[in-house]
Amino acid sequence: MTKLPIGLWVEFIVEWAQIHLEWLFDFITMIIKLLVSGIETIFLAVPPLVIIVLVFILVWFVANRGLAIGTAIGLFLIQNMQLWEASIETLALILASTALALVMGIPLGILTARSDFAHKLMMPLLDFMQTMPAFVYLIPAVLFFGLGQVPGLFATVIFAMPPTIRLTGLGIRQVPAELVEAADAFGSTEWQKLVRIQVPLALPTIMAGVNQCIMLSLSMVVIAAMIGAGGLGTEVLAGLSRIDIAKGFEGGLAIVIMAVILDRVTQSLTEKRKIKV
Amino acid sequence: MSKIIVKNLVKIFGDHPEKAIKLLKKGYSKNKILEESNQTVGIYDINFSVNEGEVFVLMGLSGCGKSTLLRCINRLIEPTSGTITIDGEDITTAAPQAVREMRRKKISMVFQGFALFPHRTVLDNVAYGLEIQGITIEERRKKAAQVLETVGLKGWENSMPQQLSGGMQQRVGLARALANNPDILLMDEAFSALDPLIRKSMQDELLSLHNTLNKTIIFVTHDLDEALKIGDHIALMNNGTIVQIGTAEDILTNPADDYVEKFVEDVDRTKVLTAEGVMKSPDPVVFLRDGPRVALRLMREHGISSIFVVTRERKLAGILLAEDALQAVKEHKEDIKGIIISDVPKVGVDTPVIDIIPVIADTKFPVAVTREDDKLAGILVKGSVLAGMVRRGNNID
Ligand SMILES: Nc1ncnc2c1ncn2[C@@H]1O[C@H](COP(=O)(O)OP(=O)(O)OP(=O)(O)O)[C@@H](O)[C@H]1O
Ligand SMILES: [Mg+2]
Repeated sequence: MTKLPIGLWVEFIVEWAQIHLEWLFDFITMIIKLLVSGIETIFLAVPPLVIIVLVFILVWFVANRGLAIGTAIGLFLIQNMQLWEASIETLALILASTALALVMGIPLGILTARSDFAHKLMMPLLDFMQTMPAFVYLIPAVLFFGLGQVPGLFATVIFAMPPTIRLTGLGIRQVPAELVEAADAFGSTEWQKLVRIQVPLALPTIMAGVNQCIMLSLSMVVIAAMIGAGGLGTEVLAGLSRIDIAKGFEGGLAIVIMAVILDRVTQSLTEKRKIKV
Repeated sequence: MSKIIVKNLVKIFGDHPEKAIKLLKKGYSKNKILEESNQTVGIYDINFSVNEGEVFVLMGLSGCGKSTLLRCINRLIEPTSGTITIDGEDITTAAPQAVREMRRKKISMVFQGFALFPHRTVLDNVAYGLEIQGITIEERRKKAAQVLETVGLKGWENSMPQQLSGGMQQRVGLARALANNPDILLMDEAFSALDPLIRKSMQDELLSLHNTLNKTIIFVTHDLDEALKIGDHIALMNNGTIVQIGTAEDILTNPADDYVEKFVEDVDRTKVLTAEGVMKSPDPVVFLRDGPRVALRLMREHGISSIFVVTRERKLAGILLAEDALQAVKEHKEDIKGIIISDVPKVGVDTPVIDIIPVIADTKFPVAVTREDDKLAGILVKGSVLAGMVRRGNNID
């Protein structure tokens, strides 16, 4: 049996896109750069201590005192390890990729809930996206966008988006049929039904998707650093390549601290929104 | 006047309704059609009309198509064929925009499981229908609060629906449906999820609301007591078709077929319940020695158009009509003996209700209930017999 040239086909498509969609990639690059550097600039302009105090208050407000104290300690530790700038870079990358993943993922999720056809089309695609090793996304990312933050973010978004789509769709499909019927029976337009009934009732599930999206973005930090995305991932990679245990561990610890904070904060946001149906 | 006219309405669930219709015309049963063509017959060849301001009940066993029929009327379900005319307009061909407008202004629905929005306060649940019409927040909340008051839920505006008992939740459901001030209320087993006592009080409340608001109501139930109590007309459904339409009395006295008869049989109390159990007190009565003036004054005081006449021993002598009494007064007659009708319908106190119903149906007078010695024990009027039966029924469960 002859070998099917699947790899070649993909290569062909990627090359074609490189040539013909250059304008699109340039446009995306511009947006992403603006977004990431915007977030970075804002966070770096404020002294670390002020940020720590603000985050402390915020976490206390949305979650509880214990978590707020833990968060503050964690942030001080990062500052103390002199990883503040790297962490901000990583945070900017995560926030930007989460934002993009949500902006695309939530509407797609809603689409899969509303159309059985979209659902059938999307589910295998999502399975594919989630099982494909994350490294593979780096190749087209580099080809389209070169090295740096932009391809890192591109790969991260693709990797982190599936749970958002899935859980948004699931949340909306789980809204009790009788409530949807009631919304229809009073003469809601499709849009009114969506924003007033379906999305609010699906919110706990959608928030779980947001949480997973952030966690997956974090898990891409080191991988994205391989193509020059910078941030804490670079520290870890440097530690790895020089077998510098101390450096590698500190970078890893900073990532863990960020992960725990982001996870707990988004989870307590979800808890608060839960409504018994 | 007919508010709603349904003609030849059919709903087949499935991708090839024409197959099912072909088989239906050949007289195949619903199960057979499902087997042969994989199409489910929801309802088939439904015809009826609902008068303005009446309570029309759809009744039948589970799966007979009541909900399907009800949902065709506001097009939550698209009928396969047939027409539904509301206020002279066929709504089966209405465009989506017009359907939405109709649901907003003309037809509201109350659901079995209440279907309240759990993320909204009671007030904002009731205001929902107004909200989506773009009515300002002050105005819609004011209106919603008024409606909540009419269903007896003043003070609960800011609670969440889950904090309310079942009966109260359904009041919210009713208030939400009334807030748009629709002409027509569709109620799908609205009280079936409530326990019997609450259910009875909700029925009473619905009837009194109905008296003041004068809505046209289509009410789905599988409970005969409920149907008898609240329905002006009752349509009995079986396997997707209507087998009989009539008043409560029609259905009790002339069941159209075995199916209806079986349904009605469950109202065992028509056999066990006797005249004594459903009669009203005989007051007022006039005595034979009284003059037409006395009789006329009593009738006027009690707002009745006829009065029973008894002897000194309270034995039944006959009935006196207001018009005859008036005539006698004009002619300066002192005596009523000559003008009473002595051939009045009467039944004994032990007569079962099932035998009373035809007597009542046949006469335009109230029916007298007498004891063995012919003494007047009570009277029966149409409404009170049915009400009495239902009242008893509820006490039993
Ligand atoms: N969406 C649907 N798809 C397929 N079949 C349906 C659908 N909705 C209803 N049916 C079928 O249509 C028939 C009538 O159902 P319907 O819900 O109208 O009955 P019902 O009289 O309201 O019963 P119940 O008292 O249980 O509510 C049933 O055989 C049901 O299985
Ligand atoms: Mg039903």
